[in-house]
Amino acid sequence: MSDRSGEFGVNPSFIDFIRATRPEALPQMGGQGQADIGITHGTTVLGLKFPGGIVMAGDRRATEGYTIADDRMEKVFEADDLSAIAISGAAGQAVEMVRVFRLELEHYEKITGERLSLEGKSNRLAQFIRENLPMAFQGLVVVPLFGGYDPRREEGRLFRYDATGGRWEEQSFESTGSGGRPARGTLKKGWRPDIQRDEAIRLAAEALYDAAQEDIGTGGPSLAKGIFPTVLVITADGVEKLSDETLRPVVSLVVEGGDA
Amino acid sequence: MSGFAPYVPPEQLMKDRSDYARKGIARGKSVVALEYLDGILFLAENPSATLHKISEIYDRIGFAGVGKYSEFEELRIAGVQHADGRGFIYGREDVRAKALANAYSQYLSTVFTQANKPYEVEILVGELGESDSSGNELYHVLFDGSVTDEHGYVGIGGHAEELTEFLKAAYAEGWDLATSVKQAVAALSAVEDREVPPAQLEAAVIERERKGGRKFRRLSDTEIGSLLTSK
Repeated sequence: MSDRSGEFGVNPSFIDFIRATRPEALPQMGGQGQADIGITHGTTVLGLKFPGGIVMAGDRRATEGYTIADDRMEKVFEADDLSAIAISGAAGQAVEMVRVFRLELEHYEKITGERLSLEGKSNRLAQFIRENLPMAFQGLVVVPLFGGYDPRREEGRLFRYDATGGRWEEQSFESTGSGGRPARGTLKKGWRPDIQRDEAIRLAAEALYDAAQEDIGTGGPSLAKGIFPTVLVITADGVEKLSDETLRPVVSLVVEGGDA
Repeated sequence: MSGFAPYVPPEQLMKDRSDYARKGIARGKSVVALEYLDGILFLAENPSATLHKISEIYDRIGFAGVGKYSEFEELRIAGVQHADGRGFIYGREDVRAKALANAYSQYLSTVFTQANKPYEVEILVGELGESDSSGNELYHVLFDGSVTDEHGYVGIGGHAEELTEFLKAAYAEGWDLATSVKQAVAALSAVEDREVPPAQLEAAVIERERKGGRKFRRLSDTEIGSLLTSK
């Protein structure tokens, strides 16, 4: 019934199960030549720690070459109820990777009856990215940030990756994507180890705003059109996605340059 | 060694297998499922706190197994794989209890007629209705693959019939969770002819009001205790 050949015990991996039973349903790895142009790219995402948790945020723009493909794209996703994944890079590839990754965590939890540790989750994600390497050579690079609350250490943790699946834990903050560099400048100036939750949210909004000023690929917030960044706050209580109503006053302060 | 196998009439063969499976199932503890106002309750006596009889399959689908642990655990895992696979290839709302119950039925029926020994298990698959309890589904799958579609309440395991009789007399639509837990414990205690100790209860619910897509939740010992003592 279940495929157990050559393995002792049940394999709790969803992707291995699908690969064995319905391989055509997975994104095709490998192939030849350069990917066609017209690939949608997601742009700036960031994560920053605060005592007791972590903020993960991203702008809403997606580009295809010099065209704005979408101004309301979500790039930060809840991975399970204690972690989130923020993606920049080839959007189609990234969204599918997130979808499979979420199922991987859920499947593991249901099969084994235990939730994967944060260390385990971040490690598994590195393997996913490594498997995407042949696509990365064709220009379909996916470079996520992974953040979550670690109940064993009782703190938020943040991991960054490169296209080869390299994984590094960050102690404070990180941003990636086309606007990652200006965003990092803002984070560097504003972040301190005892930064509070609300300050961290405001700093995330400010960093994304600054990135939008410097980088054509990053979309700024629009109070008129109601476009706000995606902001997720992860603590021991779970993942909270901030609503537009919560973000409006924060963003308008950032845009007007007022004091918090 | 080749030679003539003694002739065994198929009626006898099937009867022997049924008796064997029934005996195995009767050795284990039973499980009760009840539809209540806000969801579906599964409750069992289980001395182990970690080897579960009741488990999550998918967003709105729960599973309970009785009989031989290794066998219903294998079926549970196959069920999670079936559900996660369907949900990935199609959509999350396309994962339904009926398809799962049919898959169990087909598999158990094949094993019953063709394998060396039948599975010594009974399976319960429950699905929570989208908007109200009229959409709830409960399927009871037996060791030989026969399926029954139940409404409101069901008992599975060695005492299935007595449990169902007990619940038939007691059951009323629209119970709250506390009443359902009390009645389920009463049913188990009645058929076992002794008080089932609260510390040995395993219980889980599929709750309509639960936040997010996954509606399955285990009840902790403390929560079961307070539900049992509530007025």
